[in-house]
Amino acid sequence: MCVTCGCGTDHQHDHDHSHGHSHAGEKKVIDLEQDILLENNLLAQRNRGYFEGRNIFSINMVSSPGSGKTSLLEKTLTDLKNELKFAVIEGDQQTTNDADRIHATGTKVTQINTGKGCHLDAHMVLHALQGMKPPADSILFIENVGNLVCPAMFDLGENERVVVISVTEGEDKPIKYPDMFHTSGICVINKIDLLPYVPFDIEKCKEYALKVNPNLKFFEVSCTSGEGLTEWYSWLKERVLTEA
Amino acid sequence: MHELSIVMSIVDIATKQTQQANALEVEEIELVIGELSGVEMSSFDFAWTQGIRDSVLKNARREIIRPEGKAKCIDCDAEFTIHQFFDPCPYCNSHFVSILQGKEMRVKSLVVK
Ligand SMILES: Nc1nc2c(ncn2[C@@H]2O[C@H](COP(=O)(O)OP(=O)(O)O)[C@@H](O)[C@H]2O)c(=O)[nH]1
Ligand SMILES: [Mg+2]
Ligand SMILES: [Zn+2]
Repeated sequence: MCVTCGCGTDHQHDHDHSHGHSHAGEKKVIDLEQDILLENNLLAQRNRGYFEGRNIFSINMVSSPGSGKTSLLEKTLTDLKNELKFAVIEGDQQTTNDADRIHATGTKVTQINTGKGCHLDAHMVLHALQGMKPPADSILFIENVGNLVCPAMFDLGENERVVVISVTEGEDKPIKYPDMFHTSGICVINKIDLLPYVPFDIEKCKEYALKVNPNLKFFEVSCTSGEGLTEWYSWLKERVLTEA
Repeated sequence: MHELSIVMSIVDIATKQTQQANALEVEEIELVIGELSGVEMSSFDFAWTQGIRDSVLKNARREIIRPEGKAKCIDCDAEFTIHQFFDPCPYCNSHFVSILQGKEMRVKSLVVK
């Protein structure tokens, strides 16, 4: 049992079960019908309430490793730091490299080391929030672990899930990893500066993605050349306004 | 391997229920894992053997019910079976479908003793 938040996600309860009287041999049927992720979903709701109360627009950033999540954040934080307030939670399996890159932009950042864990969950985010206290009326980016499978299932309480794909990946990624594209609201197609050099068919990619999720909204950007970022920035600015 | 997190969540639920019932272990557990839930069953089985070690589930008989995916077309109202999120409506080919069934992940019941 985690003492800070009362959630039962600590798996190290090693006491031997000598609770009072024993009912050895006596069977009991429990018709539970409980969602397996109920605990996570309740904590996600709690995070959502935290964001709502402080007018924080939170974005869960997901992608394969190397698609450019950190680059997109670095660029965004640098270009918009005089217009919007930001905070960042970095989920990383081992290193603090990404957190260091964010720190260099002057933005408040906290790191969650997931170790062997392949995704963030609502519990980790709850504790990160308690530790960092992101400013009110801000945008909070949560960079998830680079993995298009595992993070899909775990609601963090985010307001928006943004999936990043780069043109150096296959355009069929959306149908190979449908869960992630199904649960995201925004798809950022990054590294479009490389389009002349790679066989990536951007229209085909969007077509696949829309098959999985017809409501997906796209941004085509290059973090290197800056192309397409204006639209992404406008979208971000509208988020803090309309959510106010 | 998010399947291990799923298994650990099930172990947590089972542990809590067993304690509440003043029982010692789980004899039987019935799970509902939909075909569209995103759980890979071979990974799940592997995670299961690892995750239930030294837990109340270690001797439990496991039953898994796997509801198939069902969707309703937003354009033509037809209901049909789907196996992937990108399967279109078989009647009008639309991709605007809402999922009715298949995403569920539940602990349905337990027998503790
Ligand atoms: N050519 C090009 N390279 C990029 C772009 N965005 C990111 N990269 C490079 O892609 C690599 C991975 O980026 P990173 O932001 O660390 O990806 P992450 O793992 O998703 O956080 C780095 O070497 C970046 O310099 C882009 O728009 N164009
Ligand atoms: Mg990164
Ligand atoms: Zn139809």
